[in-house]
Amino acid sequence: MANVIEVTGKPLPPLRAWLKPHRVVLIAIALALAAYAGWTMRWDWIPDYAPLAVEGVWRTLWLLVVTCMLGFALAVPLGLAQAAGPAYLAGPARAFCTAIRGTPLLLQLWLLYFGLGSLFPQFPWIRDSELWPYLRQAWPYAVLALTMSFAGYEGEVMRGAFAGVPRGQLESARAFGMSRWKIFRRIWLPQAIQRALPTLAGETVLQLKATPLVATITVVDIYAVSSRVRQDTFIIFEPLLLLALVYLVITGLIVLAFRRLEARIPARLG
Amino acid sequence: MPAEAIHVEDLHKKFGALHVLKGVSLSARDGEVVAIIGGSGSGKSTLLRCINCLENPTSGIIRVNGEQIRLKPDGHGDMVPADRRQIERIRSRLGMVFQSFNLWSHMTLIENVIEVPVHVLGVARAEAIATGEALLERVGLAEKRDVYPAFLSGGQQQRGAIARALAVEPRVMLFDEPTSALDPELVGEVLKVIADLAGEGRTMVLVTHEMKFAREVASHVVYLHQGLVEEEGRPEDLFGAPKSDRLQQFLRTVG
Repeated sequence: MANVIEVTGKPLPPLRAWLKPHRVVLIAIALALAAYAGWTMRWDWIPDYAPLAVEGVWRTLWLLVVTCMLGFALAVPLGLAQAAGPAYLAGPARAFCTAIRGTPLLLQLWLLYFGLGSLFPQFPWIRDSELWPYLRQAWPYAVLALTMSFAGYEGEVMRGAFAGVPRGQLESARAFGMSRWKIFRRIWLPQAIQRALPTLAGETVLQLKATPLVATITVVDIYAVSSRVRQDTFIIFEPLLLLALVYLVITGLIVLAFRRLEARIPARLG
Repeated sequence: MPAEAIHVEDLHKKFGALHVLKGVSLSARDGEVVAIIGGSGSGKSTLLRCINCLENPTSGIIRVNGEQIRLKPDGHGDMVPADRRQIERIRSRLGMVFQSFNLWSHMTLIENVIEVPVHVLGVARAEAIATGEALLERVGLAEKRDVYPAFLSGGQQQRGAIARALAVEPRVMLFDEPTSALDPELVGEVLKVIADLAGEGRTMVLVTHEMKFAREVASHVVYLHQGLVEEEGRPEDLFGAPKSDRLQQFLRTVG
């Protein structure tokens, strides 16, 4: 049993480790760049747009979290149907995943918003319904499109994850008298999620970077705010730089969160 | 005479055109240790796996503690349990130990041991943990309580799997070649645990390649050959004075 590599959540290195010579140099360069940008570029627009930017970041995060969670909730049955379901469930699930993965998200978004969204008002009973206050806004279409997109991609990931759980794991559960539902809930699903986590981390980052598309249907996320700054003030470079920083920070948070989730069950390689 | 814990009668199993079991009968009374031996492909694992319907028999009668498993045709030539509740209840009291351990990889050792008592049998968690810790102590794994299976040796995993099977207070323990996947130096520690269990009067059905072990712990030995019981009886008779040519030949090749 040689060559055992443990993959666990490493604790943050102590301060001394941060201050190794090469790190000090890198930190110095980063600070110098930031100072240079601070001195030579225009940031005076920030106070005017800060409240809008905060709202934008909030909307981006909200869209990301809600659509990932709803999308994943859909991906589980989509994956299970393809991995182990009867043909009449596996077929439609496969068709859904193929259609979603085979067309651009922008197109899906526009089909829903400009297509469905323009059909709805033609039906009086829809205009009179309780749902109309929602259907006339843009964000429900954004949530729907992003959710379906995530479900389509993750349905495929979960199909592989379900199929990849070793048979013996499920067989021993069966041998001990677990019901089908209990086997699914206690053994199959947790092990499939565990297998899928590294992929899900990457897909969640991709989902973050798909969110700016909602700006094209009038949802004001952080990307839309930076466009607004550009249109109002003709300052181009600075808002985009700041926007990049915002996405980088959110990506970092996603990666950290998934690393913590993965570390909950130590894996052994080799 | 003690009651019959396992009763199998005229069991047939076909895998497509392959007739693996051709009418096998088997009986294990309370306190008995029945060892099933035979060459590879003789159907011994299939026979064991039919007892709790992990494998669906083609035909035959299976009784566990006097209760017959209700079977119905599955439409493809085999029989499947007709009553899900019944088979799940019966399975939950048959502690099974697999060749490849099959401990649940996303749970620590103690979580593996308490999983079935808590989530199938409805034992209170604290009580299950106390029992589970005692069982781990018993198989020599007390200090591995919170370790995940991937970090244990094969022998430790198999002893953990035995603790998991003991945790359901099994009426009968089923062992499916429990040492076949182990490195030779790890076989002894697992056999010792099984021998201890046999010594305390537990009812067991054991499929094994370890002839010496079968001779020492079994009270009854069944030799399967090409899907039929070729010879059975007390271990001293079967190993000491085998009657059939096939068994004599088998013992020469493995002995």
